[in-house]
Amino acid sequence: MVTIHPKLSNELSQTVVSSTKSVKLKIKRSNPNVNSDEKFDEFVVPIEKWTTVLDSLLDVKSYLDHSVGIRYSCRQASCGSCGMKINGKLGLACFTKISELDSDTVTVEPMDNYPVVRDLVVNFDRMINNHKKIMPYVIREDSEIDAESGVREFLQSPKNVEKYIQFSNCIKCGLCNSACPTMAMDKSFVGPQALAQAYRYIADDRDKGKNKRLKIIDESHGIWRCHFAGSCSQVCPKGVDPAMGIQLLRGYLLGIRD
Amino acid sequence: MMVLRESIIMKIHYGTAIGALFLTVIHIMMRLTQDFHESLQYENVIANYESVGYALLLELLLILISVHGFNGLRVILLEMNQGPTYEKVVTYGCLAAMAGLITYGSRTIIMTSMGMV
Ligand code: HEM
Ligand code: SF4
Ligand code: FES
Repeated sequence: MVTIHPKLSNELSQTVVSSTKSVKLKIKRSNPNVNSDEKFDEFVVPIEKWTTVLDSLLDVKSYLDHSVGIRYSCRQASCGSCGMKINGKLGLACFTKISELDSDTVTVEPMDNYPVVRDLVVNFDRMINNHKKIMPYVIREDSEIDAESGVREFLQSPKNVEKYIQFSNCIKCGLCNSACPTMAMDKSFVGPQALAQAYRYIADDRDKGKNKRLKIIDESHGIWRCHFAGSCSQVCPKGVDPAMGIQLLRGYLLGIRD
Repeated sequence: MMVLRESIIMKIHYGTAIGALFLTVIHIMMRLTQDFHESLQYENVIANYESVGYALLLELLLILISVHGFNGLRVILLEMNQGPTYEKVVTYGCLAAMAGLITYGSRTIIMTSMGMV
């Protein structure tokens, strides 16, 4: 059944119609807690040049079907909540403009490589656990808060910031892990998100946890299960380039950088 | 399960790959020391085995490719399925198969080079 947005239907033609264009939004629906059924619901929604996939999904929720399950917060590619498959490609719903998709139909599905919670919402436990495992914080003996000297800062030169700043842009959206072919096969694989963050902290000259982290990722389902597919970097909306982080990390383990 | 650190295993994997590539090139070049067809005739093949240098090259190639190949198989199998028991079976199974192939191949190389066939 195709549900038409009120702004587009004739019976409500007295409402101000600002949109001239519309698309068919196909949303994959499922609720594994209840049963294993999967289906696509179709909605016709108005779009403007600036309408994002998230805008349209929220439009559907507001006017056509309140029950569509989505996760979002910032609407500006900062919180990492709204990753999904849009016309087969992974992206943030809030960072994908419908006008740029160049298609009359927009199909949205939950990300692969994660268990579905409901509809477009997936469970991030695996990513969060692997992220925690690599100790994503500066490790060192002393602290910025010191009983004797009070509060001080660990200073860092702009040159040393450059070494990791790109990797610190990760918003934990999980798109990279969803695109990764090893993640699809190996349920114990640590994944590109965590590996990129291992590099981010090791490359930070305030951090002294390099050996600890290298040990964690140097195991049978760690860094070596990456086979350079590079799909993680292709889908990353923040330009983190996890694949490069992984190669740089390998350099430490192969003894060709220190 | 930890027999060796994974980075050490992968260094061995890349090392054996490069070594095998290099020795395979020599192995193929040896076919060109005479007419290719001729080089594969029974007497010539046996004569090759009987030369100590060439027998050593074959032995080394056997070891490198067995180590690389069975570790490669281990990697593939580890990604196909997971679990501590499965991983143990895969690791020791690959090691056993590796040792088995090296033993059997060495037997052929040694027996042939000693004129026992
Ligand atoms: C006998 C069957 C073989 C199997 C099952 C096998 C398996 C593999 C696997 C799984 C990798 C990927 C390692 C990784 O990325 O984690 C690899 C890499 C490699 N193999 Fe093999 N291999 C075999 C034979 C050979 C032979 C005969 C050569 C050369 C003479 C060779 C040369 C290489 C090279 C150069 C690499 C490094 C490239 C890479 O890591 O992706 N392999 N092998
Ligand atoms: S590395 Fe990029 S794709 Fe992966 S979780 Fe971080 S921001 Fe998302
Ligand atoms: S809603 Fe925050 S990243 Fe899309």
